[in-house]
Amino acid sequence: MSDPVSLIGQWLQNFLIGLGLPSGLVAIILIILAILLIGIILLLIDIGLVWVERKIVARFQDRLGPNRLGPFGLIQPVADILKLVIKEDITPRGADRFIYNLAPIIALATVMLLWAVIPFTSTLLGSDLNVGILYLVAIGAISTLGIIMAGWASKNKYALLGALRTVAQMVSYEVPMVIVLLIPVLLARSMSVQQIVQEQSLWYLLLAPIAAIIFLITSIAELGRAPFDLLEAESEIVAGFHIEYTGMKFGLFYAGELLHALTVGALFSTLFLGGWRGPFSDQIPILGVFYLFVKAFIVYFIIMWIRYTVPRIRIDHMLNFNWKFLTPIALVVLIVTALLDKILVDQSTFVYVTGMLIANVIVAWTTLAILRTHAQTKRKRVGVDRPVARPELASTTPTSASTSRSGD
Amino acid sequence: MPIFELIFILVAALTLGAAFLVVTSKNLIHSALWLVVALFGVAIVFALLNAGFLAVVQVVIYIGAIAILMIFTIMLTRFITQSTGPRFNTNWIWALIISFLMFGGLIWIFNSWPGINTQLPPLPADFDPIRQLGIALVSPNAYVLPFELASVLLVAALIGAIIVAWERT
Amino acid sequence: MIPISWYLLFSAALFSIGLYGVLARKNAIAILMGIELMLNAVNVNLIAFWRYLSPEKIDGQAFAVIVFATAAAEVAVGLAIFISIYRRRHTVAADEIDLLKW
Repeated sequence: MSDPVSLIGQWLQNFLIGLGLPSGLVAIILIILAILLIGIILLLIDIGLVWVERKIVARFQDRLGPNRLGPFGLIQPVADILKLVIKEDITPRGADRFIYNLAPIIALATVMLLWAVIPFTSTLLGSDLNVGILYLVAIGAISTLGIIMAGWASKNKYALLGALRTVAQMVSYEVPMVIVLLIPVLLARSMSVQQIVQEQSLWYLLLAPIAAIIFLITSIAELGRAPFDLLEAESEIVAGFHIEYTGMKFGLFYAGELLHALTVGALFSTLFLGGWRGPFSDQIPILGVFYLFVKAFIVYFIIMWIRYTVPRIRIDHMLNFNWKFLTPIALVVLIVTALLDKILVDQSTFVYVTGMLIANVIVAWTTLAILRTHAQTKRKRVGVDRPVARPELASTTPTSASTSRSGD
Repeated sequence: MPIFELIFILVAALTLGAAFLVVTSKNLIHSALWLVVALFGVAIVFALLNAGFLAVVQVVIYIGAIAILMIFTIMLTRFITQSTGPRFNTNWIWALIISFLMFGGLIWIFNSWPGINTQLPPLPADFDPIRQLGIALVSPNAYVLPFELASVLLVAALIGAIIVAWERT
Repeated sequence: MIPISWYLLFSAALFSIGLYGVLARKNAIAILMGIELMLNAVNVNLIAFWRYLSPEKIDGQAFAVIVFATAAAEVAVGLAIFISIYRRRHTVAADEIDLLKW
């Protein structure tokens, strides 16, 4: 009983063959059943995520959250979904009907497609592609297409503006994400996600912490969550590219965003936290699912934590942050990791791990030192004194009267 | 195995249909979206030819970057309420004739090649195209020079595109 | 299973449709889409020949990768030129951009 999923699969296969169907058809039926099962479970978890989101937001903001419907407000998501379903379905006049209806479907479908390569246990995964990492990047690229379609088909200037900004942000943040995704590939010598998990006898978070942090930041930017949520900034451009969507179509966007956040949690834990690995996960494979979801929910909590703590970033700050900070660091970390991997390839594990950790710490320290000197020179150039508590005790520093640009 | 042939015929019909709609669609955004469908069909054809890595790279580069860039440019270079006007040249008859001639010419050349009906050879035993491709692209005996030249080309295109599209205020 | 002639027929048809798009459309971006179709047809051809004639070597795929890079570079520069032309002439129709400077 340690691997119930394959037992059930075997029993179903024998049952269907016993009914007299050809074996090719039986294989196809089993695959379709598996896909339906994963899809239904994910969508049910998605409904639960609505409850999780609202309760945890509330607790962060020092209030209780929904607690009227059912114990602890557990029936609240059902009420939310009912409300969305019975709302009037409006299509703006002049909108491109087919694309308008297709966009939310693509937004949700691309999120669910990501789960095809995430391994649940050592034997249970959708498809063991040997280019799994590249598949993840490809699906991320298709999701940006869905957003452009939503923004264009709404025939609304603000929706179009929001869609263009969203796509600019997503396409920009794909660059450091792809560079950083190369680091687990490098350490595991394979692009297959299952292989990366199998090689993680030591979590890659210890071997490449800067890569993990950059992956988390760029994934939050890809999600469109705070602090990168200028795309749906309610006070600025009124919900961005999904202004014109009502009812269940908006529900698809919303559910897609929540599920995408959980998927990012699952991906982060697969690539850097060991995925389904944990104590006894080799002998009892079904525990792997449990470990994966625990890790995914912990990372999801961290993403929510960041969301409800940090204010929104302006668009030019966001693009500067990406191109002038994240991309150079990602490249430097990749080169340093590749070099160290070649140099230390046949040392003992302890030397390897400490070498990698020290290299990462050195890169982080150097970055912070460069940022500090840059900020100091900028402050001197602009001519603003450092704020001190008691100015009468501070020594007078000569302020330069230059009027140089204060832009980055 | 007839399933494989059926899949190929379906995918080829989808791709050629989408390509035809790309060049004849009235709305330019619809053209761009049909282009995405056509590029997807070509990615499936790559996967049918056991070039899985290239299939995914096709999706990432063509659909994820080039198609999105084209849609961006379409949105930036037209007014929303502008009438589209005639979408074909005055010489579209000649274009049709030339493309039919090109198709016929290509078919004639293919038919006069003796190996036209080569069947599918079996894959070699240690088939690992990703590793082979990686080694070939950086090995001095193989394709490192075109690889580096392609990188220089991309940097030149990057700098050139930024300078050409720079807004001179 | 499938002889190579099917793939070659497919890529020839795709190439011809792309050629029609390049020669017959007025909008410059639609011309660029035709060019993309032609480049994809060339890639299909390369990979079909690689798979059918020499799957143990990797030269076909390496060539296709270089074609990918070239196509991306060309689209980037082309679209930058279109945006720049649109800013000055307010049109991207290929038959209306026929004066060098006025």
